Amino acid sequence: MTTAITRDEVAHLARLARLDLPDDELSHYAEQLTVIIDAVATVSEVAADDVPATSHPVPMTNVFRPDAAGPCLDRDVVLSQAPAAEDGRFRVPRILDEDPA
Amino acid sequence: MSRDIMRESAIGLIEEMASGNLSSVEITQAHLDRIAEVDGEIHAFLHVDGEAALATAADADAARAAGEDLPLLAGVPIAVKDVMAMTGVPTTVGSKILENWRPPYDATIVERLRAARMPILGKTNMDEFAMGSSTEHSAFGPTRNPWDTDRIPGGSGGGSAAALAAFEAPLAIGTDTGGSIRQPAAVTGTVGVKPTYGAVSRYGLVALASSLDQAGPCARTVLGAAMLHQAIAGHDPRDSTSLTTPVPDVVGAARRGDVRGLRIGLVTELGGDGYQPGVEQRFTEAVELLAELGAEIVEVSCPHFRYALGAYYLILPSEASSNLAKFDGMRYGLRVGDDGDNGVEQVMAQTRAAGFGDEVKRRIMLGTYALSSGYYDAFYGQAQKVRTLIQRDFDAAFADCDVLVSPTCPTTAFPLGEKVDDPLAMYLNDIATIPVNLAGNAAMSLPVGLAPEDGLPVGLQIMAPHHQDDRLYLVGAALEGALEDKWGHRLIEQVGSDERGDR
Repeated sequence: MTTAITRDEVAHLARLARLDLPDDELSHYAEQLTVIIDAVATVSEVAADDVPATSHPVPMTNVFRPDAAGPCLDRDVVLSQAPAAEDGRFRVPRILDEDPA
Repeated sequence: MSRDIMRESAIGLIEEMASGNLSSVEITQAHLDRIAEVDGEIHAFLHVDGEAALATAADADAARAAGEDLPLLAGVPIAVKDVMAMTGVPTTVGSKILENWRPPYDATIVERLRAARMPILGKTNMDEFAMGSSTEHSAFGPTRNPWDTDRIPGGSGGGSAAALAAFEAPLAIGTDTGGSIRQPAAVTGTVGVKPTYGAVSRYGLVALASSLDQAGPCARTVLGAAMLHQAIAGHDPRDSTSLTTPVPDVVGAARRGDVRGLRIGLVTELGGDGYQPGVEQRFTEAVELLAELGAEIVEVSCPHFRYALGAYYLILPSEASSNLAKFDGMRYGLRVGDDGDNGVEQVMAQTRAAGFGDEVKRRIMLGTYALSSGYYDAFYGQAQKVRTLIQRDFDAAFADCDVLVSPTCPTTAFPLGEKVDDPLAMYLNDIATIPVNLAGNAAMSLPVGLAPEDGLPVGLQIMAPHHQDDRLYLVGAALEGALEDKWGHRLIEQVGSDERGDR
């Protein structure tokens, strides 16, 4: 079974994943993703309608810890690793007035 | 003198320190010297911190001199894969996006290594975000295989494995999401263990695929791996998936090494087509040796293993695409395009495009695709069902056998560059290691000889049920001992030798 991924689909995926890919790379990724998806699509050959899904290899339920206050990371240490900081906070680019991604 | 220190196993170093023949400072300095001598070529390390390592060593020596009761591995140096958060040095995960990141905290594993008073030599190279089987996807250049520097050391933990094989460190930490401890161990002639999922805390590990990731020990001997396993395993309240069951007596099992009366299953599906003749030959000889040692060998079928690669390359990218969303250039790491004009979405997209390498982008897009509405049931949902079927295959096999065995990888180390532009060919390296990650049970790779056709190491994989990690060491130590008796030395002694074709 072949599910070809088109260049436009790659562009869409890149947009969803917040990856600003140059146009000349889209076709290359489209070819590679087509090959990979063709290979992984073999999972669809398995008759598994009545098989439950596994999301976790060692299931655990209700893992609790005491709801107690503890020390947190030092603000200045954390901000020293930020790409930009101002007045003791992260400085980020504007979040309003832009085209939908 | 320093050459002898380098070639000692972890237990040998412990004995030398206990008897007062060597100090931890001498041992640590010898390894730092060795790194300075060979790492320009091998490139196992991304960062070396000699000063901190020597300080820890001096403390351990002083404590020993004062008669303190020390942890087993106190004073034994170690290398840590650069996927663990650690204060004092950068943590890059092999990526440009975290090139200069200095974590404000220690991963639980690092905390335990510090508590064990082990000098940490530095951080080892890896495929970016642990995505790869060759370290060629590291943003900082590949690591070379000490057996043949034109070949890959495996991946993603090729740096940790190469550091061991090049005698730059006696022990190392790796992580294994689909084989990233075991496959590098196999192609470098070293020992690597993926413990049961949850046995070793994931706190402070930069996550690739959270339901598959598991850290574990890398060593040159089975006993070395066991001692490190014991030092890092155990419940951690900061990881909600951390097991609460006691750590099995892996060191006791490694010291005992016995396969008499055990039933060992050969997995039919993990062999044959695509497996190199020399790999199959050494594997078969090792299995014959296990039979001679008193194990009963049976053949078992795990019919759904052939779908494991497909399920893995749907589940892993899906989880990774979500885990890697946090690298958005806002709170840490790289930021690109913040010119005062661009909005946050553009800055994120430019940062991620500049900071991630090709393989990471491919897998993020693959995961985004597999999770898209319209494809979710056919891909991600179906992969999760296959995961159940693979677990059932293991359950059935372990109802009949104590452990299962297979070659760790289909081939020996391949030349650098051979598969870097062919993602699917690269993925096939992990065909025998992936089922264990999907099911969450434990597995080890240990060296069983050199393939006659190329003189490169071959690994044998032992797989055990959940929580029975000690069985890996029981079987691994027995086989290792019998092989070394046969050879008259350790396989790793042949690194760099011109006469390696006859093992």
